[in-house]
Amino acid sequence: MSRPEDNLPPDLFYNDTESRKYTTSSRIQNIQASMTNRALELLGLETPSLILDIGCGSGLSGEILSEADPPHTWIGMDISPSMLGVALDREVDGDLLLGDMGQGLPFRAGSFDAAISISAIQWLCNEDEKGVDPKTRLSRFFDSLYACLKRDGKAVCQFYPRDDKQRDMICSAAIKAGFGAGLLEDDPETKNKKLYLVLTVGGEGNKDITGVVKNMDGVDVYDNRKKLLAKAKGDAKQGTKAWIMKKKEQDRRKGKVVKSDSKYTGRKRNIKF
Amino acid sequence: MKLLTANFLSCAVKACKSSPLSFPLHFREAELASKSVPYNPLLLSNLLPRLDWQALVTSSKELGFTLPDAKPELPLRSTTTTTTTANDDGDMNMDGGIGGGVSDEEEKTLRMLHKVLMETEVVEGKMVCGSCGFEYGIHQTVGNFLLPSHLV
Repeated sequence: MSRPEDNLPPDLFYNDTESRKYTTSSRIQNIQASMTNRALELLGLETPSLILDIGCGSGLSGEILSEADPPHTWIGMDISPSMLGVALDREVDGDLLLGDMGQGLPFRAGSFDAAISISAIQWLCNEDEKGVDPKTRLSRFFDSLYACLKRDGKAVCQFYPRDDKQRDMICSAAIKAGFGAGLLEDDPETKNKKLYLVLTVGGEGNKDITGVVKNMDGVDVYDNRKKLLAKAKGDAKQGTKAWIMKKKEQDRRKGKVVKSDSKYTGRKRNIKF
Repeated sequence: MKLLTANFLSCAVKACKSSPLSFPLHFREAELASKSVPYNPLLLSNLLPRLDWQALVTSSKELGFTLPDAKPELPLRSTTTTTTTANDDGDMNMDGGIGGGVSDEEEKTLRMLHKVLMETEVVEGKMVCGSCGFEYGIHQTVGNFLLPSHLV
């Protein structure tokens, strides 16, 4: 399947024809609706909230936010003027902004209760122009997103990474910005697999990211952090015998000439020597 | 561009991030319209603590209407929807405000806020940063926050 991300930058790819096509396709509408509902479920908002929709496009997901129970108010941002034009024609309830998320979000601190983004943030990994570094764009985006959410706020970003490398790049950028982050995968191992990046801003209720899915059915939790922690602990300390043996083994694998191991390896020399 | 949004927007230029003048953005040559939006008192009372009232007063002055100088006070109440259902009266007025007893005064304040924040829109115009002077255009209610790459 071809990826729109591989063709053109988003503001040019979503031109008038493409925007119209995107908005009128009932297949896309359905997928978009189910993903937005899932995102709302993950956000778990109980009161009417102010939500930022990043990459709102023609407001397909925004409509669902307005009609949700309780009804939310949203502010949408997108880089494609044509998409926003379609949104205006459809008379969506949210307020719209033309902007590039890779340049950072132009909001003051603590503005929003929550943020959603449906099929958008993978565009940040594009390198369309010279001198545009995806890493910088990602960190600008996540840093500003972290700032503009209020404490205890949450963000859910559904995205389509090209490969695992891209997925990890996005996740690590989010963690670096200070978010508590987790990935939720719907329909894993199928063609319809959907990835949701769930982000929380520190606060009482958000100490552990796995708490987000605690009350949801059919979700298995794989906690990678414990494994990483154990691995870091298990690593040999520099200068110990185990560490020297490990290094020697590494060098041997590289084909270097390494002294053979003996009972003296890694031992301190006698002081009399 | 609703006034609600304008109350949260600050200048995105990198050099302005630390400057207190970058918020609020100042309206110029603004053309106003009003759009009817469903009244949502719960949302308004949730939003009120987060609003920068001084900025809102400034923006509204630029648009040619005045607001009280002091932020209206709403008594703190639990904002979950359960408060609405836990009404002793039994018969509930659907848009009858937040909790059980909303006084006329509060209702008036909320209606006023709703009108200013949600229903007043800037259709055409400009927003100018007080620090760097960068102009963000507003066209057909959509604000243009794309920056030239040297300002990012």
